[in-house]
Amino acid sequence: MDEFVFFLNKAVISGLIIGSIYALGAVGLTLIFGILRFAHIAHGDMMTLGAFVTLVLAGAVSLTGVQSPVPLSLIAFIPAMAITAVVAIGIDRMFYRPLRERGSRPIIIVMASVGVMLMLQGLVRILAGVGTRNMFFDQPKDIYRIALPGTPRELVLTEPQAVLIGFTAVAVIALHLFLTRARLGKAMRAVSDNPDLARISGIDINHVVAATWVIGGGLACAAGSLLSMDVVLKPDLSFNLLLPIFAAAIVGGIGQPYGAIAGGFLVGFSETLAIFNWSVLLRPFAGVLPAWLEVPGNLALVPTEYKLMVPFVILIIVLVYRPTGIFRGRVL
Amino acid sequence: MATTAAPRLPGRDILVFAILAVIIVGVYAAQGSVYSTRVFVEAGCYAILALGLNIQWGYAGLFNVGIMGFIAAGAATSMIATFPSNPAFWASDGPVLIVGFIIRLALGVLLIVFANLSHHVGAGPRLKPLLIAIAIAAAWIMVTTHVEPMAREIEGKATWIGGFGLPVFAGWLLAAVVAGLIAWFVGKVCLGLRADYLAIATLGFAQIIKTFLKNADWLTKGTLTVSPLPWPVPRPEAGEFLLSRALYLSLVAVLIVLIYLALERAYRAPWGRMMRAIRDNEEAAEAMGKDVNRRRLEIFVFGCMLMGLGGAMLIHFASVFDPAGFIDLNHTFLVWVMVILGGSGNNRGAIFGALLVYIIWTMSAPVASWLFDQIRTYGDAWFGWQAPADLDSRALQMRVFVIGLTITLVLRLAPRGVLPEEIPHKQ
Repeated sequence: MDEFVFFLNKAVISGLIIGSIYALGAVGLTLIFGILRFAHIAHGDMMTLGAFVTLVLAGAVSLTGVQSPVPLSLIAFIPAMAITAVVAIGIDRMFYRPLRERGSRPIIIVMASVGVMLMLQGLVRILAGVGTRNMFFDQPKDIYRIALPGTPRELVLTEPQAVLIGFTAVAVIALHLFLTRARLGKAMRAVSDNPDLARISGIDINHVVAATWVIGGGLACAAGSLLSMDVVLKPDLSFNLLLPIFAAAIVGGIGQPYGAIAGGFLVGFSETLAIFNWSVLLRPFAGVLPAWLEVPGNLALVPTEYKLMVPFVILIIVLVYRPTGIFRGRVL
Repeated sequence: MATTAAPRLPGRDILVFAILAVIIVGVYAAQGSVYSTRVFVEAGCYAILALGLNIQWGYAGLFNVGIMGFIAAGAATSMIATFPSNPAFWASDGPVLIVGFIIRLALGVLLIVFANLSHHVGAGPRLKPLLIAIAIAAAWIMVTTHVEPMAREIEGKATWIGGFGLPVFAGWLLAAVVAGLIAWFVGKVCLGLRADYLAIATLGFAQIIKTFLKNADWLTKGTLTVSPLPWPVPRPEAGEFLLSRALYLSLVAVLIVLIYLALERAYRAPWGRMMRAIRDNEEAAEAMGKDVNRRRLEIFVFGCMLMGLGGAMLIHFASVFDPAGFIDLNHTFLVWVMVILGGSGNNRGAIFGALLVYIIWTMSAPVASWLFDQIRTYGDAWFGWQAPADLDSRALQMRVFVIGLTITLVLRLAPRGVLPEEIPHKQ
């Protein structure tokens, strides 16, 4: 039973946490891919930028001497989402829109997003340094311990993890309502399905593009901030975030927000289950198993240092066997 | 070719290379010939990388952001091929274990290939995915269960497998072959899909190659690094740095000229015309009966072979193999800046871009440090600003920003580069 609780803590809760992060990142990515039709390579660094904005906001508020019952970062990430959304629109206006209007091939815009990625990376590291930073500088994060019957071990959930799970649930529902009920949300889906038809039926493409960046930038900021709160703010996550969220978006089918959410959790759980040491679960049965079957010390499917291989292998398998993704996205 | 115009050498080329020559003379005058020769050997190796990228991007429009991975693969291959052999490894059980590893790897690949062909023997649309999944899982278990004891045995008895003591040129050739094989696999998976997917796949593959080289201590000594790597020309043992570096430089220059001539010829040949047709209008090329994916795979593999070669040349010159030394910024994005700044599709542009950008790159580190020193001094003097302790490591990040800015600016303002592509027309 102890081992099972260990499994819940190490595999199920971790998978849920990292899956939520990937889902939030992948939703933005898949919307941008579907509506603007290019792979936004800078998305991982937009997440880092969002976390950095949160840290700066929280730091600025704490300098004014405001006392708050909860850690400041947990509040600051909400306005930071708005700031990151505005930054995302600004980046689009400055770097992507001129290329789009000139009629450049999509791959040129992908290249521009590589440039933007490097600029964001450089900027955050110049301003925040290359080391790690603690988002909870004002007070430690609460840790909730949930007692389970029949075992002294407890389920462990930290404050940012609880907020993350709640936020993801709210964001998914809000996104669903927005895309199915709101006029702008329906317009976004229309542009994603058929941009020419959408344009001639009178949809203002510029509004749709702006809305895409608001959602993409805002969710990226939330995901980056909450990830940094769960561990620490690392300015060099970049590709370690980018690959999983791309895998998630492609698994879910490009242009399919629900697919991206499912893909995010799929990639997140695959990662944690692949690096989980399964021999922990076998140890209680050591007495029952036949003598020749010795439980090895380490039974992880993938060594921890090769964690990045998991999303990549998923990506390759999907590209080979089902490039449209599980939810039948567009073959782009 | 009788039907195509002979390559002209227009005024723009002469002007641009004259400016470059002045800069080169300036560097020699300012930095001394020993150091400058080193810079130009490295710049020459980058020119080969840039030529490799130029045929992928400029000729065929393929977006490869995993250059670092192909460089690292080439460098590691050449290092293992040419380094003197390790007697402790050959005395241990290591060779047997390695053979076992190769057999298991081959079996695993065969298993996956057979599962993919299972529809020929009547496996239905439900059975085939199941067979493929089982094959992948079986191959994975077969290989990984072998790697761990093998790594422990080799690392315990012999530290690492050592090299094979082959001549350097054989190592370089093998580097190109291995990089080409990896490119074949990546291309096979991604080239039939939209161009963006190749970018993501190459990006991921580069990270995985680097992670592997860093952690596979039995193969590459990991973080312990391997040195000194052999040179194809006499090494500067006796202190004659300038002479041996100059010899290395001439070797690099000869290779650049050979590659350039071959690429120019290919560009003006029907093959090059076909590539441009595929790049500019895929559908039309396909309608004319060209096998688009096969041609793309061809040029992707060629380009990556050049990258493997360039990587091997760089690492032998540096003489130290350190897997942590492969960095996306230096080995992927810097090459991109060289190609798009020089003029994508134009091989002279790629060479010019490589030399110019590499000179600016090496000279910019002291400039950035100086700039940040000034900021620190005046920030303190004027505003009483206390600079953070890690300001120097942040100063280096300035280059990341500048590379990114350069890419976006070139795309915005001069998308054709300094020396634009000139398409040969029939006379």
